[in-house]
Amino acid sequence: MKLKKIILSVFASLFLFSSTLSADTIRIATEGAYPPWNSKSEDGKLIGFEVELANWLCIYMERDCKIVEQDWDGMIPALRMRKYDAIMAGMSITDERKKVITFSQGYADEVASLAVMKGSDLEGMSTPEGINLSLGGKDVKAALKTLTGALAGKTVCTQTGTIHQNFLESGDVGSIDVRTYKTQDEVNLDLTAGRCDAALAAAVAFTDYADKSGKDVVLVGPTFSGGHFGNGVGVGLRQEAQFGSDSALGKRDAQLLKDFNKAIDKARSAGKISELATKWFGFDASM
Amino acid sequence: MDLISFGDNGWGDELFVATLMTIAVAITAMLIGFLFALIFTPLKLSKYKFLNLISNFYTTVVRGVPELLVIYLFFFGGSGSIMYVAQIFGYYDYIEINSFLTGAISIGIISGAYSTEVFRGAIQSIDKGQFEACHVLGIKKYIYFFKVIMPQMLRLAIPNLSNVWQITLKDTSLISVTGLVEIMRQSYIAAGSTRDPLFFYSFAALLYLMLTYLSMKFINRVEKKYSRGY
Amino acid sequence: MDLELIITSFPKLLSATLVTLKLLSASLFFGLFLGLFFAILRLNKNKLIRGFAYGYSYVFRGTPLLVQIFIIYFGLGQIEYLRTTFLWVILKEPYWCAIIAFSLNTGAYTSEILRSAFETIKPGVIEAGRSLGLNKVFIFTKIQIPIAIKQSLPAYGNEIILMLKGTSLASTVTLLDITGVAKFIISTTFRPIEVFIIAGSIYLFITFLVHNLIKYLEKKYRYQ
Repeated sequence: MKLKKIILSVFASLFLFSSTLSADTIRIATEGAYPPWNSKSEDGKLIGFEVELANWLCIYMERDCKIVEQDWDGMIPALRMRKYDAIMAGMSITDERKKVITFSQGYADEVASLAVMKGSDLEGMSTPEGINLSLGGKDVKAALKTLTGALAGKTVCTQTGTIHQNFLESGDVGSIDVRTYKTQDEVNLDLTAGRCDAALAAAVAFTDYADKSGKDVVLVGPTFSGGHFGNGVGVGLRQEAQFGSDSALGKRDAQLLKDFNKAIDKARSAGKISELATKWFGFDASM
Repeated sequence: MDLISFGDNGWGDELFVATLMTIAVAITAMLIGFLFALIFTPLKLSKYKFLNLISNFYTTVVRGVPELLVIYLFFFGGSGSIMYVAQIFGYYDYIEINSFLTGAISIGIISGAYSTEVFRGAIQSIDKGQFEACHVLGIKKYIYFFKVIMPQMLRLAIPNLSNVWQITLKDTSLISVTGLVEIMRQSYIAAGSTRDPLFFYSFAALLYLMLTYLSMKFINRVEKKYSRGY
Repeated sequence: MDLELIITSFPKLLSATLVTLKLLSASLFFGLFLGLFFAILRLNKNKLIRGFAYGYSYVFRGTPLLVQIFIIYFGLGQIEYLRTTFLWVILKEPYWCAIIAFSLNTGAYTSEILRSAFETIKPGVIEAGRSLGLNKVFIFTKIQIPIAIKQSLPAYGNEIILMLKGTSLASTVTLLDITGVAKFIISTTFRPIEVFIIAGSIYLFITFLVHNLIKYLEKKYRYQ
């Protein structure tokens, strides 16, 4: 008898604990570990540029939103699994990702940069201030050559599954010992510990870390954009084709893409994106 | 020391809640594991080879594959397959199984595999005479299993079940992938925020040791109580 | 199940399997010595020594392996003083940090296995040895240890498999073992379920081999 009670109560609680959110609420996922794009406050609340922007986009779309937290390495699979409806996590628009999901128009852009600890022999590299890999050309090739020489045999750390990892492993900078970590925090830790000769991430991620931790992290080399680094950061969404354009779900996904694009247009023309970007990045990173 | 104080500046209150969460998940997982064991143990002892195969497949795979993979597989596949089943019934929206259950079930699956082995071993070491006596007395299988065999099985199983509990408790440290804030994840967050991994992970170790210690004391008491008269 | 996925991931997974096996064998190797050492300490007459050995075993069996790895890798890496000593040459590398953590962990479990094996040796065997005039050390190394090892085979086989699963945690500190490579492949193909099933199968295969090896050893040394 006792056993039956236990079994029944377990199943009952299964239903109790499950909930079905109203179909109209848009669930937006973010990582919560990539300041200033998104992070967590001391009391565990999600904060950051994208968290605020997400709320504003929902106001423009006149829909209810819920922002959920998701670890970076499960970000895209969970979207495809319908765990949530959109990704706003500093995710750059790249061709590789476009194979499995789609993106809204870009709302902000980040440049990537290498970072080292002060006193590293990688400081003072003679490269242009920024290179755009999509443009190519003599400057870019020369910069890449300098980098290849400087980084040869060195250990460079970055977060797993990022455009930065793709770049480091593409061969554009020769063969280096690439180490990947679950979160940017871990990258920063090992960079400070001296396990990494250099690290690659969004330039603002490093300046934010240097500010907050007081450690001597300095940016070196050119800032990167284009090519492997994608074309801006956009809202990650499911492709209409995933569930089929003639199914109810597919239609919903297609509509969501349109809605987000409209909302971003509104936000941009209202100056909201620039305002938030300046607030969080210290400069207007909007697109 | 004020890193772990309660209140706004210290992480003490978050870690306390996280510890409670660890305990809650571990207990739930253990119970879910018992549910699995209740299904798979009789399958293992059944005279039908096919049922044996199913049960053996379960225990071999789940105990032979790293826990991280089992948890990932359930996390990515579990809710997906539940929704797939729901879609067959025409229910298209998202069914949110909250992260507590996701974590508890993934560890429960692992815990259940170990519990199955423990129950099987315990039943097999009960004197055959007990089964014969029940048979001779004409007591129905269903009744004698619960009234005669199970109490004896539980007594024999307790020492090994305490091992399973230890395993389950420590496995809770791996479910941060589901986003559940238990000891490990909270320490991870605190370590990242304060850039002091050494302190927080060491403190986490202390928390786990404390839980282990308290568990052992509790289980010893239960064991003594159950062994009365033997 | 995508055949193309399996074919393209195969070379990476193969080298990952080598990494896993290297981690496993190194940890078991050091762990065995640690285990033997602490098992002997547990038999010592001195209460303090016994307590120390018990403490080691209690701490490493009572805390999750993940916490142990994180303390050794991230925790020790934080201590600036350590970075100036020669220890840093070892602690800098995630490979060695993982092996240290794994060895300490398996050492604790192994010491328990060996200790209980020692304790179940019939005192009669030891007395027989003494009556033959053999000295204590000889009895210990030539009689007690071999018997203990034989006794421990089933439980140690279990421990090998537990350690194999433990090596998957090396992926949390950047190492590219089977789990690490699986995560990498998923980050570019976005197919978590298929890749994890492939990875799981590799682990199962190794488990299968280890299981059969232990069974073979048990049979071989059954009558001595």
